[in-house]
Amino acid sequence: MNKPIPVSDFHAYPDVHGRFADYGGIYMPETLMPPLEELTAAYLALRDDPEFIAEFERDLKHYVGRPSPIYHAERLSKKIGGAQILLKREDLNHTGAHKINNTIGQALVARRMGKRRIIAETGAGQHGVATATVCARFGLDCIVYMGAVDIERQKINVFRMKLLGAEVVPVVSGSKTLKDALNEAMRDWVTNVADTFYIIGTVAGPHPYPMMVRDFNAVVGREARAQMLEQYGRLPDVLTACVGGGSNAIGLFHAFLNDREVAMVGAEAAGEGIETGRHAASLAAGRRGVLHGNRTYVICDDQGQITETHSISAGLDYPGVGPEHAFLKDSGRASYVGITDDEAMAAFHELARTEGILAALESSHAIAQAIKLARSMPKDQLILCNLSGRGDKDVQTIAAHEGITL
Amino acid sequence: MTERIEQRFAELRKHGRKGLIPFVTAGDPIPDATVAIMHALVAAGADLIELGVPYSDPVADGPTIQHSSERAIARGVGIERILAWVAEFRATDATTPIVLMGYLNPIEIYGYARFAEQARAAGVDGVLIVDVPVEESGSVERLRDAGIRQIFLVAPTTTELRLAAIRKQAQGFVYYVSFAGITGATQLDPVEVRRRVDHIKQGGDIPVAVGFGVRDAATAVTVSASADAVVIGSALVARLAEAEDAESAVSVARDFLAPIREALDLAAAA
Ligand SMILES: Cc1ncc(COP(=O)(O)O)c(C=O)c1O
Repeated sequence: MNKPIPVSDFHAYPDVHGRFADYGGIYMPETLMPPLEELTAAYLALRDDPEFIAEFERDLKHYVGRPSPIYHAERLSKKIGGAQILLKREDLNHTGAHKINNTIGQALVARRMGKRRIIAETGAGQHGVATATVCARFGLDCIVYMGAVDIERQKINVFRMKLLGAEVVPVVSGSKTLKDALNEAMRDWVTNVADTFYIIGTVAGPHPYPMMVRDFNAVVGREARAQMLEQYGRLPDVLTACVGGGSNAIGLFHAFLNDREVAMVGAEAAGEGIETGRHAASLAAGRRGVLHGNRTYVICDDQGQITETHSISAGLDYPGVGPEHAFLKDSGRASYVGITDDEAMAAFHELARTEGILAALESSHAIAQAIKLARSMPKDQLILCNLSGRGDKDVQTIAAHEGITL
Repeated sequence: MTERIEQRFAELRKHGRKGLIPFVTAGDPIPDATVAIMHALVAAGADLIELGVPYSDPVADGPTIQHSSERAIARGVGIERILAWVAEFRATDATTPIVLMGYLNPIEIYGYARFAEQARAAGVDGVLIVDVPVEESGSVERLRDAGIRQIFLVAPTTTELRLAAIRKQAQGFVYYVSFAGITGATQLDPVEVRRRVDHIKQGGDIPVAVGFGVRDAATAVTVSASADAVVIGSALVARLAEAEDAESAVSVARDFLAPIREALDLAAAA
């Protein structure tokens, strides 16, 4: 492991080149560099524009339903017998996950930039649905790229996107999953740069996306920090969140980064077990590389070819991870662990039975990690876990996994 | 021989000829045919060869090159084998420049120092790493230090400010991407290409090669009016994909390139 880098202000990242120390940057073909520069300039201006901020906050409140509550999972905590588990309820947002925070923000940026054609990639379909939703809301054209394999796995979300007026384009190249959908969206963007805005669904991609997507999701941590002080008179001892590309995790973590007494643990998908090679734990088991425009931790073979990942939750099934998480890992500020499919499934059932909440399979990884941590922590300590989405979308997957025909 | 690229463009200029640069994916369609294909391309009039290093996630490439990369990867083609092929080619061709074209991650994982030293020793003259713009060229400093030329892309979207930065760092030649799009697409606008290439050339005397959308003798001749060289990739890769054995791949390469060479020379003489 690398030696931790001393950092005085975690909120000072990224720098103007989009770098989080050694990670991030803009590794993109020349054709897309000018549009990325244009986007960065437009976004940096809007970020400080009171009118834009008010517009964003208005939609978060009236359309998304923010603030989302912090809920004390009391029966679950009691059953485990350790630290108290608190849930940040992003599952209660419109469309059922944190993804909408980002898509509203980016759609507003697109509108300000005068771009009326929106493209997006999606894996599980959650980001696709969140993008289709805001495009309907703002009257923008929406094209969603989705791997042919994922289209087969996530039929309901494909239909939801179509109901919302989006065009879903199957991607048949490579492994026909999320990473290939991202590649295809990039190819569309390169071809249609003049009128098209690309809404990336997580804190990956080239600068300014990791920064911009983080900023839009950072509302989660800002709210949570204030709610903790108000409801509990103190900050939590530990934060947990699942990490696919890392947008819900950085969304929760960001406001707390300079509160050194708050520990942070990201839960990656260990799939069938890291030792089997069938996982998607880029930080816990990958290596430093470059993927989709940024330097980060990636899952690839000795030839540098990006390899197929595995997770029961399509939303975590990604061979890279946002560069800010790579930086937080190396700096020692956050740690990242793998949670297997089976552990996530067990946590899903535990939460359903003790609290009456069906968590998304992605979020169930964070719940599993919270349960693990709680066991070894005293009862008066607080774990704040990001319940990033609701599990309605996953009931078919869960049934299939358990051999049940609906 | 450290100046093969510069020498080649100087010769072209001296003789009033236009450069012809075929692109082939290393190891496709048949790994063992790559060296023979390279020699055949030179025999048919190639001035420089772009050898594609296959990558799993080629965001700037259309279906033809994506699929050729997938085939090569499936056959286990990686940097080590590609460098061995370059060395084998060099054993009997000491003058034709070779540029490796690809994406950063395979080189990053191979190791910059190791790549720089071995590529140099094998006889690689330059690299064109599609996802390394000028801003990130620090990543491949080791390669530059070893004498491997950094070829940069210029696109229709490139601003004046960026063009100035690219000119400062460019080595060998610059590769002008004829339209905003992916390889294998066909929306070439000859008037616009000419205007842009003339503009790039006004700012200095680095040669300009034009690629993307060049697919046959006619498009090559059109583009060569302003450019110093033309690059032909997808059209050749698509033909090669149909070859059933090494022998037919070699004749496909030769038969495809020779008429384009002839047309370019005719147009230059006219
Ligand atoms: C509910 C939920 N949580 C988490 C994720 C993973 O993404 P990220 O790591 O960017 O939060 C997804 C992605 O689809 C999701 O739907």
